[in-house]
Amino acid sequence: MFSASDLRKNLKIEIDGEPYIVTYFDFCKPGKGQALYRCRLKHMLNGSTMERTFRSVDKIDKPDLFQKEVIYSYAEDPNYVFMDAESYEEIRVPGDVLGDQIYFLGDDMECSMLTYQNRPVELTLPIFVDREIAETEPGARGDTATNVTKPAKLENGYEFQVPLFLNQGDTVRIDTRTGEYSERVSKA
Amino acid sequence: MLSAARSFFRDRGFLDVETPVRIPTPALEDYIEAEASGDHFLRTSPELHMKRLLAAGYERIYQIGTCCRLGERGRVHLPEFAMLEWYRLDADYMDVLDDTIALVRAVAASGELRFRGQLTDVRGEWQRLTVDEAFRTYAGCTPDAALSRGRFEEILVERIEPHLGGATPTVLMDYPVCTSGLSKPKAGTPGRAERWELYIGGLEIANACSELTDPAAQRRSFQATADLRRREQRPVYPVDEAFLAALGQISSAAGVAIGIDRLAMVLTGAEVIDDVVAFPADRA
Repeated sequence: MFSASDLRKNLKIEIDGEPYIVTYFDFCKPGKGQALYRCRLKHMLNGSTMERTFRSVDKIDKPDLFQKEVIYSYAEDPNYVFMDAESYEEIRVPGDVLGDQIYFLGDDMECSMLTYQNRPVELTLPIFVDREIAETEPGARGDTATNVTKPAKLENGYEFQVPLFLNQGDTVRIDTRTGEYSERVSKA
Repeated sequence: MLSAARSFFRDRGFLDVETPVRIPTPALEDYIEAEASGDHFLRTSPELHMKRLLAAGYERIYQIGTCCRLGERGRVHLPEFAMLEWYRLDADYMDVLDDTIALVRAVAASGELRFRGQLTDVRGEWQRLTVDEAFRTYAGCTPDAALSRGRFEEILVERIEPHLGGATPTVLMDYPVCTSGLSKPKAGTPGRAERWELYIGGLEIANACSELTDPAAQRRSFQATADLRRREQRPVYPVDEAFLAALGQISSAAGVAIGIDRLAMVLTGAEVIDDVVAFPADRA
């Protein structure tokens, strides 16, 4: 069991037998009263959201989550198929669970998967992936130090912001946790 | 802001005092948790020691100092924060409200505060609203009904606070006695205490009361708090006997506690308490 004081952003909890993740959290405590923990929760399987306020005396269930290592195999719209690294069993993950992560998947990528009652609820990809920029405005010379960015696209359509000095064909490192540009790996 | 506050109190004849930060036992409050420091505790407020100074005959005292409260961290909470507290002998909660109005006007040089997208004018008459009126107006129930259902705080935070301290600051007053363990009951209004809280832009800035000076009543109130804490399996701090012994020396008094960091928030328009502190909790 969790106490209300354990609540924080990204904590995974269970309410009435359903798994949720905390997406917004704030601590309130009106004038000498009990502390309130106001949360926005996202259902880990169907993605629906709700607001819930917990009080300091509340106890919250821990979801029974199981972690396994998996290897990405192929896309089979609308699912993405992974292979259990131990049992070699195929596991189909709905695209909704992956969100923008679908843009960073690569052949035989080793990932970590959380399951709830045998259903995948969260994938963790390698932190960095290297990808080639398929589309962006031509680079501006001498602009290597500023924070000014411009839009860029990957071949699979993923759009993100890159510094001005990058060009089409350059390979860049992307942080899969945030989906943001991290550094340039090589020039076109 | 701090130097304006210090001159304010100096000009009015208040003595600048210091009381221990590390204390043998913290004030017993229903929902304030103290942090242990060796075999002592870090103070959650300087209240009990300041009242001991009142009992020793100091008539007007103020203090600006650090207080610590375990587990309080949020957009407007820090586990270590600065409190401004002042007390007057032979005064009630309305007398110290006059101090508060004058103090806020003194530190808010322009007379207007832009906070949370609202403009609050501190120069005119401030809104005064009883807790009963606020619950009736914004939640359609009584505070007592909310308390009996365990929803007092929830209704206050979600239904009432957003309406407080808009065009002018709001003084939310006359709290239920059971939520005000160190306050004096309000004469002629059963079940209510002479206590108010100041709100600006929906944010609670200050807490004040006519102090409970009857040692027997204070002991009963501590006992009720101890029972509640025991039922909820939270630490029960020993009663501060030195404080109770001193309380009998005070005829009447009133005091105010202002969260200095929050006052800085409304003065600067900061949305998050971290923005007004150089080293907030996780970056110390």
